[in-house]
Amino acid sequence: MTHSEALITVDNLTMAYGDFVLQKELSFTIRKGSIFTIMGESGCGKSTLLRHLTGLKRPAAGDIMYNGINFWKQPLKKRVQLMQKSGVLYQSGALWSSMTIGENVALPLQQFTDLTEDLIREIVEIKLALVGLKGFSSYLPSAISGGMKKRAGLARAIALDPEIVFFDEPSAGLDPISSKMLDDLILELRDSLGATIVIVTHELASIFALADDSIFLDTETRTMLATGNPRILAKNSDSSKVRQFLSRSTSVRD
Amino acid sequence: MNPECVSQINDDGDALSLCFSGPWTISTLPFSLPDVPSLLTDGISSLYFNTDRLEQWDSAFLVEISAITEMAAELGITVVTDGLPDGIRKLLRLTRKKTVIPPSSNSLESGLFEEIGKQSLALVKESVQMLTFTGDIFLAYIRFFTGRARYLKKDFTFFLFDCGPQALPIITLISFLVGFTLAFIGAVQLKMFGADIYVANLVGLTMTREMGPMMAAIIMAGRTGASYAAQLGTMQVNEEVDALQTMGINPLDFLVLPRMTALILMMPLLAICSDFIGIVGGFFIGCFSLDISPILYYEQTIKAVHLNHFLVGMIKSVVFGYLVAFCGCLKGMNCGRSADSVGKATTSAVVTSIVLIVITDAGFTFFFNVLGI
Repeated sequence: MTHSEALITVDNLTMAYGDFVLQKELSFTIRKGSIFTIMGESGCGKSTLLRHLTGLKRPAAGDIMYNGINFWKQPLKKRVQLMQKSGVLYQSGALWSSMTIGENVALPLQQFTDLTEDLIREIVEIKLALVGLKGFSSYLPSAISGGMKKRAGLARAIALDPEIVFFDEPSAGLDPISSKMLDDLILELRDSLGATIVIVTHELASIFALADDSIFLDTETRTMLATGNPRILAKNSDSSKVRQFLSRSTSVRD
Repeated sequence: MNPECVSQINDDGDALSLCFSGPWTISTLPFSLPDVPSLLTDGISSLYFNTDRLEQWDSAFLVEISAITEMAAELGITVVTDGLPDGIRKLLRLTRKKTVIPPSSNSLESGLFEEIGKQSLALVKESVQMLTFTGDIFLAYIRFFTGRARYLKKDFTFFLFDCGPQALPIITLISFLVGFTLAFIGAVQLKMFGADIYVANLVGLTMTREMGPMMAAIIMAGRTGASYAAQLGTMQVNEEVDALQTMGINPLDFLVLPRMTALILMMPLLAICSDFIGIVGGFFIGCFSLDISPILYYEQTIKAVHLNHFLVGMIKSVVFGYLVAFCGCLKGMNCGRSADSVGKATTSAVVTSIVLIVITDAGFTFFFNVLGI
């Protein structure tokens, strides 16, 4: 599959908490229909970058463009419309604990479409079936396992057929088999829905299995060290740190 | 262009083909489909799709196709999905993957008798929880007094400060207004009999025996009891309580004892404050609204309020302090593992505390009345 058209363009982004600059001079492109991974050590700002990309945090400097539209230069109403084109799967699933799984998935459909309750119920069943949770609609989040919560969170994230789906460390806390199943599901959903996928992860197996493109954030220099296909970066990156990270080694030297 | 679906049956009359054209998305709903069920039952043995002229599709189209294919499969008709877009074929395959559903479905609907049964069992469970917790607390206090309980001294001083001096402003405000209101209502009635001066008796006795301890307890139930339940509940959710247990530290000693002891110690002091401020509230009304001389009001209060009245209030406040801390800690420690259960634990702690305070107060009043105190 070839993906050439840019869906998200990040230009010279600086992320900061008050005066503390977490990352600076970040520039990269996420292509339509591709799977993009955000990599880096713990605490380097991966999840913060995700918050910037999902429109939850305003950049300290720089621009984030969706289909050529500068997100933060739009009025609030337009920004909300743009945000509705994306779905997010949070690390813990972030299901609303007082609602059943079905109600969790139905909520965005009830809030943002004029569909009838019957059709919403059918769509919810289909979405739950897609993630392997057929028949779990009436369960409360507290009654299902961690892996199932993530899949239910994914069903909610794709409820509105988003153009782009963000994943915050989807493999965290999952056993290798569940993690592999989730990776396969992400690939199948990308291929069938044609959605663009952005994943924050430091799981090498997931990175190599899924990513078309990636970015590596560094804690020391507080900027990106590399961007590109992780398989190529593992062998040919100029940065020894990136090669170390991708080969899970402590001995790679320039 | 509108979404359209045309049905075609082949010359042999055994194959149905559905030809989709235009955009089939949520935004182009409602779709007009031919009467597929009746077409399928007419000697059809296979179903084909043609989507050459399909422009766009999303979940709405998937729902339609899924319903049609399921219907056809139930009727034993062969469904040929080659004509569908790749994405739809993959999605259909995903939706048909088998899932294993555990037997205990969380049904939200239940009948009247089932509901009565559930509530009764919940009540029994709660009573057992309370008794067990009481026993655990008793054992924890034995460890505490024999110096074997493991807890942080700074936690204890923090809770002493939190439920003592920190609570004074709100206790002062509410108690002043309660004394003020009592005096006002009493004054209207007593004035009719020319017994204005007895406002001092009314306010003094009511505040020291009943309202002082009770108002302090109710405020502390909403303020500190709720906070205990929320703190301990959140610790349960974050597995902090489990972490203590795995380290061999008894969570009751470490978390519950400092909180409970602090509140039991501070509650009588808060009640004394509440008594005094309530009497001051009444004093304001007596002096400024009923024109009673301040000295006279003071002397009448001293004459009316005896040490035993004050002690009755103090005994009550110690018990109320225990009840508020008990409910807050019990609900927090038995909280579930979700954010939702923290909210429920907090609400339940406040409600249970207030109910127990009022019931206990009625019991005390009856008991002291029988004893003639």
